[in-house]
Amino acid sequence: MVTPRPTRGYRVFQAVNAVVLTAVVVVTVYPFLTIVARSLSDNAAIVSGQVNLVPRGFNLTAYRVVTSDPAFWISYRNTVVYTVVATLISVVLTTCYAFVLSKKHLRGRTALVGIAVFTMFFTGGLIPNYVLVTSLGLKNTVWAVALPNAINVFNLLVMKAFFESLPVELEEAAAVDGLGTYGTLLRIVLPLSKAMVATMVLFYAVSFWNSWFAAFLYMDRQDLLPVTVYLRNLIVGASDATQTGGGLGSGDDIVQAAATIQSVTIVLTVLPILAVYPFIQRYFVSGIMLGAVKG
Amino acid sequence: MTSVRSDARFAPTGPAPAPRPDRRRRVGRRRPWRRALRRDWQLYSLAVLPLLFFLVFRYLPMLGNVIAFRRFRPGGSVFGEYWTGLRYFRLFFTDPTFWDVFTNTLVLGALTLLFCFPLPIVLALLLNEVRSRVLRRFVQSVSYLPHFLSIVIVAAMVMQLLSVDGTVNQVVGAFGGQPVPFIQEPGWFRSIYVSSEVWQTVGWGTILYLAALTTIDGDLYEAARIDGANRWRQTWHVMLPGIRPTMMTLLILNIGTFMAVGFEKILLLYNPLTYPTADVISTYLYRVGIVSGNLSYAAAIGLFEAVIGLTLVLSANGISRRAVGTSLW
Repeated sequence: MVTPRPTRGYRVFQAVNAVVLTAVVVVTVYPFLTIVARSLSDNAAIVSGQVNLVPRGFNLTAYRVVTSDPAFWISYRNTVVYTVVATLISVVLTTCYAFVLSKKHLRGRTALVGIAVFTMFFTGGLIPNYVLVTSLGLKNTVWAVALPNAINVFNLLVMKAFFESLPVELEEAAAVDGLGTYGTLLRIVLPLSKAMVATMVLFYAVSFWNSWFAAFLYMDRQDLLPVTVYLRNLIVGASDATQTGGGLGSGDDIVQAAATIQSVTIVLTVLPILAVYPFIQRYFVSGIMLGAVKG
Repeated sequence: MTSVRSDARFAPTGPAPAPRPDRRRRVGRRRPWRRALRRDWQLYSLAVLPLLFFLVFRYLPMLGNVIAFRRFRPGGSVFGEYWTGLRYFRLFFTDPTFWDVFTNTLVLGALTLLFCFPLPIVLALLLNEVRSRVLRRFVQSVSYLPHFLSIVIVAAMVMQLLSVDGTVNQVVGAFGGQPVPFIQEPGWFRSIYVSSEVWQTVGWGTILYLAALTTIDGDLYEAARIDGANRWRQTWHVMLPGIRPTMMTLLILNIGTFMAVGFEKILLLYNPLTYPTADVISTYLYRVGIVSGNLSYAAAIGLFEAVIGLTLVLSANGISRRAVGTSLW
């Protein structure tokens, strides 16, 4: 495309655009920076509203308090366990079903796709799900987190689109060599789909790592909570204290102590995501594109 | 049936085999399912567990909605004890709180749509004008980041930023104002909710538009330029029509989630002080059903909400198909 010399109006636009996009970046990043600053600051400095980007009264007390709380580590371990178990189940089920749905010759395929797609637009709703999970006796088990959301239909369609894009000849050759469906899937298709499977693992793992509501709903015991619910209890507890005007002794202390503790917990929860983000981001983008083209 | 290939497992995954001699085709036509099962049983077996999942965790709860019409006793049957007809529906139709939360749902849903739908388009168009690839990549990567955060983290950040000693109140203070307890004020809830929603979704929302923009044929710009269109006109007459299918698809999907407005986020951000503006159908039925244990009543509300949601998607899809020829299926 030959680009003509930019007009003056367009140069003005470019300048404005640069300002707008810089603002987008600043607004996106600022909350992270201020949370880090607060987590490293002195309570008194936060109370007097002095902390924004630079820590005031630098100290690591809050980090020591949080990391020496066994409940924090237990919840962290729970998050890891739930994420691993749920992701494993999800990826296996999604791969199997996507593989089946990608076979154009399969009788009843349209119905099988329809069964999945319909659930994107109509769901049973919170209450029947709650009743179901409760009466299946899944409360206070990892299954309450893992099973009800095992297959994400969007991910399923992404993977189906990917399998459909694989050359048919490969599987025909496998069949000629005497491989059955299972053999073809395990020895031919999956080795070719490593990037796709990795993308699925990431999609599911991030969503289970971040999820909180299922655990909040179905876990009654403190030692079963994932770190997201641990953090939730911390922030809601803090805002309750503000509302009641600090019913417990000197309320201000409780609220302000919570401010640094909250910040530290936020930092420690978000850290793993931030650490892997640069590496996983492009997988997510390519996965979304694949889903959008075919889905 | 003996004539059906006994070596069926050698061709289980490829496309349907080429036409067989007459005798076999007749058999295949008369007993198509039996033949399909025999040939593809391994494939079907892979679908069993996923189907079980959909059956138990997706379709059974849909049936479970009958408790909206039946008396449910905790510990009793999942499908309730006896029929109550429309009793629970009448109950909530005459419940003034229900209409308050219904209004709140519509207002929050409309505001979310108003901001969260167009802003990614604007941002995508702006990003598309950035010449430097490195710079564009950088802005994109940063703006995607909030999408990867847990809602709990976002809510916690919002509370920190808006707390009496937080950044926003520091700005208010710098202009000589008194600190505002934003989180406790019903008048602020909608702005807080929508802006946090924009913060979290706008960057990620640009992906599909940026992809659609790159597929627009360069000749179209050329032709528009020859016709004397400046940059602005090109945006209006070439780029926007180019991404229209994407826009319509996302609009329909957005409308589909209209009634479900960020339930989890509201649950985290609201409190009894902000109920007048923050309480929506889903949070109300959560409190009525799970916190207070009126499961049948809450199921009736939930079913009502789900039916409205489905109706919205179907009508949006229908209108879009007729008006611009874009539809989800």
